Amino acid sequence: MLWDWDYAIEILPELLRGLVLTVQATLLGSAVAYLLGLVFALVRRSRIPVLSQAIWLLVEFVRSTPLLVQLFFLFFVLPDLGIRFDAFTTGVIGLGLHYACYTAEAYRAGIEAVPKGQWEACTALNLPPYRVWTGVILPQAVPRVLPALGNYMISMFKETPLLLAISVLELVGAAREAGSDTFRYTEPFTLAGIFFLLVSYPAGVLVRRLERRVGFAH
Amino acid sequence: MAEASRNRTEMIVFEKVVKQFGDNVVLRELDFAVKPGEHVTLIGPSGSGKTTILRLLMTLERANSGTIRVGDDYLTHMERKGKLVPCDEKHLRKVRRRIGMVFQQFNLFPNMTVTGNLIEAPVRVLGLSKDEAVERARGLLELVGLGEKADAHPSQLSGGQQQRVAIARALAMQPDVLLLDEVTSALDPELVAGVLNVLKDIAKSTDITMLCVTHEMGFARDVSDRVLMFDQGQVVEEAPPEKLFTDPDQQRTRDFLRAVLERK
Repeated sequence: MLWDWDYAIEILPELLRGLVLTVQATLLGSAVAYLLGLVFALVRRSRIPVLSQAIWLLVEFVRSTPLLVQLFFLFFVLPDLGIRFDAFTTGVIGLGLHYACYTAEAYRAGIEAVPKGQWEACTALNLPPYRVWTGVILPQAVPRVLPALGNYMISMFKETPLLLAISVLELVGAAREAGSDTFRYTEPFTLAGIFFLLVSYPAGVLVRRLERRVGFAH
Repeated sequence: MAEASRNRTEMIVFEKVVKQFGDNVVLRELDFAVKPGEHVTLIGPSGSGKTTILRLLMTLERANSGTIRVGDDYLTHMERKGKLVPCDEKHLRKVRRRIGMVFQQFNLFPNMTVTGNLIEAPVRVLGLSKDEAVERARGLLELVGLGEKADAHPSQLSGGQQQRVAIARALAMQPDVLLLDEVTSALDPELVAGVLNVLKDIAKSTDITMLCVTHEMGFARDVSDRVLMFDQGQVVEEAPPEKLFTDPDQQRTRDFLRAVLERK
């Protein structure tokens, strides 16, 4: 028989634990990507000598190399330098850093879309730079960027299986683990696929709805 | 000019100001001065550098050479050991505080209410308490005839209403100098009068110095003490409005006025 319901139900709790870990890694990784990406975008815009170029180099480097290589680097090389995190934390940092280099670009586009007149009004009113950003520019830039940020979260969610390479037992890792006990892989991987679909698809619909709303606002 | 540069009773003094964008020289060693409380209108063909003068004063552009003074202070320079050096940010902020500007495109903050727009700078820059700033905003909204729009968002207002809010926002900082950059050019014709009437009231009821770039010759005639005709980065002619509009000395002024009046 190709499909064994009893077996499927038996491995369900294990897979659900994997799903929870996957969702946790995605949410935490996204939080890192959203914050760090904003910092990257602001530093690059600030044109602070050296620092600004250093961030540019980092962003280009991360965007030009595979996430898997970056994860291995964080997991295997950093401990040699005396920086030690557990696998899950390393995974969250890896995902967050990787996607920060993409969200930075989204923020940059959002900031550039704020009309020049807004900056000029800030100058005319003599607003301090901190208030220009927090009171005027970011409140207008960030809503435009939200759909892009949402899409990056969905992409990240689908890339979490890479954490398996650094021994985080997320959803696909849990499925493989379940299968390796019994040499039956049909049920675990099918269920894993269905779980991904059940989260990704509604999330995608939500982002598209958000896109339409942001589109209407402008 | 050495004589004039020691005369500190002027509110604004331009001395040999040069501004160029690439090869395009917009202001050629421009000299002119405005007295405290004076209402001066700049007219002239597009591209003659009128708007650039306002943008230099608001520090939205930097001059290539020459000096600009506001009251006793140089705008983008400061005196150190008797020499003029480029000023620091602190100096710039101090001088800029005396100047307010209203833009052609209003430039209200769309993420704030009308009141939010009006209290932002008084609270963050002047250090007013929120209550004081709201009180001041209320008074100014009455002045521009929009008392009932305090909680509206800019997108809910007509262009004319937005521009009146922008005028109130500039006044909330109680500047010594108000710069008006073609403030009615982006408005539908039927909304122009409302904005101009507000400005006429302000011109009459306050001692604020006004520097105004406009194509509304009627308005220029009503509010100005002096009109400056500009062409190619230089003042071609200056005179009180009744003289300049009826009996200009320069042929170029006559040509310009005829062209403007025919367009109407």
